[in-house]
Amino acid sequence: MSALDINAILQAMQTAVPGAQITLLENPSPSAQHSLLLPAEHAIALAKFLRDEPTLRFDFCSNATGVDWPDTEITEKIKTKTLVDGVEKEVEETRKTLRPGYLEAVYHLFSMELKHGPLVIRMRTADRVANVSLPSMTAVWRSTDFQEREIFDLFGIVFTGHHDLRRLLMWEEFTDHPMRKDYAPPAEDDGTELPVVEVAAAEGSVAE
Amino acid sequence: MSLANPIPMPLDNAGEPELLEVSMGPHHPSTHGVFRMDVVLDGEQVVHLKPVFGYLHRNHEKLGEKMSYLGSMPFTDRLDYICSMTNNWAYAISVEKLAGIEVPERAEYLRVIMAELTRLQNHAGLIGFLLQDLGASGTPLMYAFREREKVLDLFEAISGARMMCNYMRFGGCRVDATPEWLAAVRKVIDGFPKFLAEFESLLTGNEILMARTQGVGVLPKELAISAGITGPMLRASGVNYDIRKVDGYGVYPRFDFRVPLGDHGDVYDRLMIRLLEMHESLKILDAALRNIPAGPIQDPKTKVRNFKPKPGEAYGRIEAPKGELGFYLISDGTPNPYRYRVRPPSLINLTVLEDMCLGRRLADAVAILGSVDIVLGEVDR
Repeated sequence: MSALDINAILQAMQTAVPGAQITLLENPSPSAQHSLLLPAEHAIALAKFLRDEPTLRFDFCSNATGVDWPDTEITEKIKTKTLVDGVEKEVEETRKTLRPGYLEAVYHLFSMELKHGPLVIRMRTADRVANVSLPSMTAVWRSTDFQEREIFDLFGIVFTGHHDLRRLLMWEEFTDHPMRKDYAPPAEDDGTELPVVEVAAAEGSVAE
Repeated sequence: MSLANPIPMPLDNAGEPELLEVSMGPHHPSTHGVFRMDVVLDGEQVVHLKPVFGYLHRNHEKLGEKMSYLGSMPFTDRLDYICSMTNNWAYAISVEKLAGIEVPERAEYLRVIMAELTRLQNHAGLIGFLLQDLGASGTPLMYAFREREKVLDLFEAISGARMMCNYMRFGGCRVDATPEWLAAVRKVIDGFPKFLAEFESLLTGNEILMARTQGVGVLPKELAISAGITGPMLRASGVNYDIRKVDGYGVYPRFDFRVPLGDHGDVYDRLMIRLLEMHESLKILDAALRNIPAGPIQDPKTKVRNFKPKPGEAYGRIEAPKGELGFYLISDGTPNPYRYRVRPPSLINLTVLEDMCLGRRLADAVAILGSVDIVLGEVDR
């Protein structure tokens, strides 16, 4: 696996798709797998460039997954100097800021032709409730087909342009997204009727 | 559970050919577990095929977020429950990347021995199951299981468990191998070529097998790459991509082995690739047993309790018997991973199941599914 110069890739991407705001996200862990945050509106064009550019050829999207980042309160302590009774004093002030949450789709790309990778690309939704759409990568890499269905199922990201966006693991009548950080599992007996119950009832009626 | 998008059934009195909708599974012997295919048939021909998942879903990834890093290790055994050793390794390698942990040489050799033994028993079992699906009831599967039993005995001797081994640790392995154990491995792999020769003589020239598998379920190279197919199934389509060679993880670069490739990408090629891979695994095992060095199996300074990697993320992967098994971890500096993701080869290799089955007979769909090599513990997680 040859080392990839992520800054050079970023430059090439910016030249190929002018006007796209790509952000390099540093990864402080020893793995040093830095990632590129793509703007949703240019993501398909950028992904196609990564796949087709002869020096990059990321033809294999190995892993696609979601990450939930809920609203977080960031507490900062700020020291300010104020005049109290004519004497300058240093006052410590606690300021709380709310970082709005978002959902993230992460893709790990490799090249089967040039045998390099991984390149990590990410996309973020505007928030966690109303604007949860991201473009689907299924037109670029078929391997994201089931994986994006899984992200939709477990995280609730709606992939526009996906040909068959249905729940993958949970059943169709299920309404929540279990991998979200604020997901509360139902109580032991909350009255939810599983589809299995209907089958049992139907069998009972046959026996009568 | 109903179909989410019911396929309209044209009525025969409207002048349309009558289609038959068959729900194969979740309890069907050919699906190797609780997997379901919703198949629409025109006569015997498959015109639609939609896999339905989730019968074994237990949200393994959510469990991983609630556990300490080490706490998830025994749960990885239960993903692909045929190959717990390689699951352990994939998880260990990801955590080692995340935290920057070095693995001593002896432990690397032990890992290679475990992984190649796992590959042997997985491939032998798969060929046995596939032949069972094709109607060769009993004999080939029992031959394969006889050999698998010997490998499982080795696993039991070293880890205490036949299938749920829970053997690897971050930065090494749990138990060291005794000289007696290594001698037992030598005995098993010395007997293996005889079994392979016997198996091959039953298979390679078998007319019924060739008629049932050649030209069936052809997967073109380009589609295989785009659909993220990995493992023997990818190489049967002629793509030279083996992560043991590409990433050179562990001590694999020290071993001399070849990567068998197929020409046609059909069920027959997938079967044969697995046979050839077993020969290569035996070569690796032979070299590993000859060259395994003495030394520690884990750095004694490794922190086992209260293990907290620094914030960051890592994606680690290995060549598991079924394909690329990867783990994606995000650490926020706490004892539990913020995000714990398994990249399951079994699920992603099913992406092209419909493409391979369309236009074939229903009986071929059984052979094609068998040749993909899935385990539902990993598909549904």
